[in-house]
Amino acid sequence: MSDLVSQDLNMIFKSPKGETVHALKDVTFKLKKGELLTVLGPSGCGKTTLLNITAGFLKPTSGLITLGGNEISGPGVERGMVFQQGALFEWLTVAQNVNFGLRMKRVDPETTIKKVEEWLEIVGLKGFGNTPTYQLSGGMQQRVALARCLINDPELILMDEPLGALDALTREKMQSLVLKIWKETGKTIILITHSVEEALLLGERVYVMAPRPGRIHKEYNLPFASRGLKQDLREIKNDKEFVTKREEILSMIWDMEEEIMGKETG
Amino acid sequence: MIISSLTFLIIFAVIGAILYGQKLIKTEKSDAVFGNPERSKGGIHWVIVGSSFLLFLWLYYSWDIAKAFYPKSANEICQVAKVRESMLSLKYLFPIDERQHKSTAIIHRENENIQNYIKEISSNPNLNQVDKEVYINILEKIKLSIPYLTNEKYLEFETKITIDKLTERINNLTNVFPTDNFPPPLSLDFEKELNEGLSKQLGWGATGMEIPPLPETKLGLKYHIAADQLRLISDEFFQIRNHNPQYKTLTNDIKSDIKNHRDKLNDNQELEITLLKEINKLNKRIQFASIFPPTTLVEFEQAVRNFDAVQKKEQGSIATKDALLFPGGTIVSSGPTCAEDGPGRWLPKPSDTFRIFADMLKPSVGFKFVPMFWYEMMGVNKIVGFILPDWIADIIPGKYPIHSSDGQVKPNFKSKVLDIVTGNFEAFKIPVPVGHIWDSFLRVFLGLVFGIILGVPLGIFMGLNRFAKGFFDPLVELYRPVPPLAWAPLVITVFGIDNVGKIFLLFMVSLSIMIISARAGASGTQLSKIHAAHSLGASRWQILREVIFPNSLPEILTGIRVAVGMCWGTLVAAEFLAGTTGIGFVENVARKYMQYEVIWITIFVMGMLGLLFDITIRKIIDKTIPWRGKG
Repeated sequence: MSDLVSQDLNMIFKSPKGETVHALKDVTFKLKKGELLTVLGPSGCGKTTLLNITAGFLKPTSGLITLGGNEISGPGVERGMVFQQGALFEWLTVAQNVNFGLRMKRVDPETTIKKVEEWLEIVGLKGFGNTPTYQLSGGMQQRVALARCLINDPELILMDEPLGALDALTREKMQSLVLKIWKETGKTIILITHSVEEALLLGERVYVMAPRPGRIHKEYNLPFASRGLKQDLREIKNDKEFVTKREEILSMIWDMEEEIMGKETG
Repeated sequence: MIISSLTFLIIFAVIGAILYGQKLIKTEKSDAVFGNPERSKGGIHWVIVGSSFLLFLWLYYSWDIAKAFYPKSANEICQVAKVRESMLSLKYLFPIDERQHKSTAIIHRENENIQNYIKEISSNPNLNQVDKEVYINILEKIKLSIPYLTNEKYLEFETKITIDKLTERINNLTNVFPTDNFPPPLSLDFEKELNEGLSKQLGWGATGMEIPPLPETKLGLKYHIAADQLRLISDEFFQIRNHNPQYKTLTNDIKSDIKNHRDKLNDNQELEITLLKEINKLNKRIQFASIFPPTTLVEFEQAVRNFDAVQKKEQGSIATKDALLFPGGTIVSSGPTCAEDGPGRWLPKPSDTFRIFADMLKPSVGFKFVPMFWYEMMGVNKIVGFILPDWIADIIPGKYPIHSSDGQVKPNFKSKVLDIVTGNFEAFKIPVPVGHIWDSFLRVFLGLVFGIILGVPLGIFMGLNRFAKGFFDPLVELYRPVPPLAWAPLVITVFGIDNVGKIFLLFMVSLSIMIISARAGASGTQLSKIHAAHSLGASRWQILREVIFPNSLPEILTGIRVAVGMCWGTLVAAEFLAGTTGIGFVENVARKYMQYEVIWITIFVMGMLGLLFDITIRKIIDKTIPWRGKG
C-alpha cells in the first residue's frame, strides 16, 4: 500500500523581522494509490508549500507525512515533480532532458534509448528527440517535462500549476493528456491549479484550501475525471452539474479573497 | 608604384561604393522612413568607403602620397627650408613676420628694465644711500648711452658702407635668382663634392636618412646655393657693431664704474653683488643687440623683403606640393640636415611600415635578436625535462650510484629516472613556436587558463555556499579593485621579470573575473531546475556537474571574454615595465629609439591579436551556449 498520509502538518515561516506566517495549519489528509487530487485555493493559501513538503524540498515545522509508510525527509525519485514553466535544462536536447533521471541512475544506454522513444511517443513528441528544448513551444516543453518525470516511474506525481502558462487550446489538449496518462499508468497525482474548471475536470478529489492560516477548507469527490476518460472534455464543461459545482467553488474562493482584502484594509 | 596605384584604387573604390549605395537606395525593400532600424542592416559598400577613407587619411597625413607621386618633393622643400632658415635672423630684424623692428623692441624693453631697476633700488631698505646713488648713476648712464646707438648723426661712415655693401649683395642675388644665370657655374671642387655626396645619399623615408639634404634637382640647387650666400650675408651683418667712439667711451666708463664698485664690495654683500651683475648684463645686452638708428636699415630691409618675395615666387610647384601634399606640417632645415615636422614624422608612411614589418617578420631579423613569430626545433627531452619536476627522481627509494674504484659510474634505476626528468636523454626534435608575438600570446593564454582552472570552481562554490562566499569574499574584493598594474612591481619583484611574473599577474587578473562571473552564474541558477534535478534522483555532484555548471556557462564564457581583454591590456603594460621579449617590450624599445614605424606595427599586431582572441571566444560562445537568451 503506497498511500500518501499527512498528519497534522504545520508550517510556520519566520521572516527576519520576526513576523510569523502560518503557511499550513493542521493539514491532515490521506491519498490512496491511483487517486488524482487537485488542490485549489486563493493565492497565499499554502498550496505550493504543501507540494514542496510532499516533494521533500521543505521540512514541516511539525507533523508527519509518509508515502507508503516511509517518512518523507528529502527529495526522492519516487516522487516526481512537474513545474509550472517546465524547468527544463535548456542546454540539453529533448531526449537528453527526458533521460536525465535514467542517466543519473546510470541505467544502460540501450534501455534508456528504448524508454525515451516510448515516452516521447506517449506524450506526442515522437521524432523531436534531437531538438534543443529552447526551440520548443510552451506546450511541447510541458510534454517534455511530463515525460522526464514519468520515465523515472515515480509512485507519486506532483504537479505545480503545470498548465498555468499555456494558451487555452493547448491547455485543453494537455488536460486530456494528463487524464490519459493517469488512466494508463494508474499513478497517484497531486495537481495544483488556479483554474477552478481545471480542478473540477481533472480532480477525482478536490481540496479547496483557505489562507491565513493555510488549511484544507473543503473537500469534494467528483465524477468528472473518470467521465473525462471516455467523454469529450468540452461536453463535460457544459454539463449542468459541472457548472453548478464550478459556480459554488468560485463563489467560495471569491468570499475568501474578499475576506483577505477586508482584513488587510481593516 | 604600389602606393600610387593604391591611391587611385582608393579613389575608385570610394566613388564606386557611393554610386552603388545610391543605386541601392532606389531598390530599397524595407520601409523608407527615418528611424526604422532595419535600414542599418547590410552596407558592405559603406565599410569599403570607411576603410578606404581611413587608409587614405593614413596615406595622406603620413605624406606617403607626396612620396609616391613626387619622391623628390621632400628634397626640394628641404632646400627651400634652408633658404628660410638662413633668412630667419635677418627677417627677424624687421616687422616682416614680427610686429616691431627688433631695435625698437629691445630699446622699449631695456628702457623699461632700467626704469624698474631704479624704482626697485631707490625703494629697497636693505641698501645704503651711497650704494643707491652709485647704482642709479650707472643706470642713468646706460640710459644715456642708447641715443648714441639710435641717432643717425653718430652713425659711423664705415658701418654705413658695410650695410650698403650687404644691401647691394642681396639686391644682386634678388636680380639674378630668377634667371638662368643662377646659380653661377660651380667650382670643380664643389661639384665633385656634391656629386660624391649625392651618390651616397639615401632616399626619403625610413632609410636611416629622414630627408636627403643635398639638392637633387636643378631648382633645389638654386635654393641650396642661395641659402649658402644668404648665410654669409647674414653672418657678416650680425658682425657689425654700431659702436661709435662716443658710445665706446661711455660704455667703458660704465664698465669701470661697475668694476670699481664691485671692488669695494665684500663677498658677503650678496644683494649688492647680484644687483651689479644684473646691471652689467643689462649693459651688455644693449651693447650687442644690433641696435641701429631708425632710418639706417630702410634700404637693407627693402632688399630682404624683395628677396623673400622673389624666392617665394620662384618656388612655384614646390610651394603647391608643400601646401597640398604635406598636410599638418612641412619640412624644416636645421644646420646641415632636414627633418619632417608634423604628422609625417610620427605617423609612419605605409610604404615604410609594411617594408619594415615584412623585414621584422623574417626570422633572421626579428627585433632585438628575437624573431616576431617563428619556430625552432627543440628536442622532446628538453620539453620533458622542463615539464617533469626533478624531485620525482629524489622520492624513488634507493640511492644514486656512487663511482666505483675503477673510475666508472654505473647507472641504476634512480639515476635513469633522474636522466629522464632532467631531460638528459636522446630524443627526436619537434618544432616549437618562438618569438615576441608567441611569447605574449602564451603569457595571456597561460594566465587565463590558470585563472579559469582555479576561478571557476571557486566561484561556483562561492555561489552555493555561505561559508565559502563569506570566507573568500574579503580576499577577492580586496585585491580585485586594485588596478592590475599596481600589483605589477610587487609581482615582478617576487616572481621575476620573465614569464612567471607576468603569468602570475595575468592569473590574478583573470582569477577575480572568473570567480565573480562563475559565482554570478551559479547563484543565478533557477531553483526549480535544481528541484527538478533533485526529484529526478541526481546526487549533489551530479547536480553540480549537470545543472549548475552548464547553467553558469554563459556567465563563465562572458567572464572569459572580459578576462581576455583585461589580460591583454595588462600584459602589454607589464611587458612595458620589464622583460626581454613580448610585443609590449618591442614597443617600449621602439619608443626609446623613436622608431615610429615599429611602434605602429606593434599597435597593429596588438589590435589584431586582441581581435583574434575575441572572435575565437565569440565563436566558442555561439557554439557552446546556443540557448543563451532563449531559455
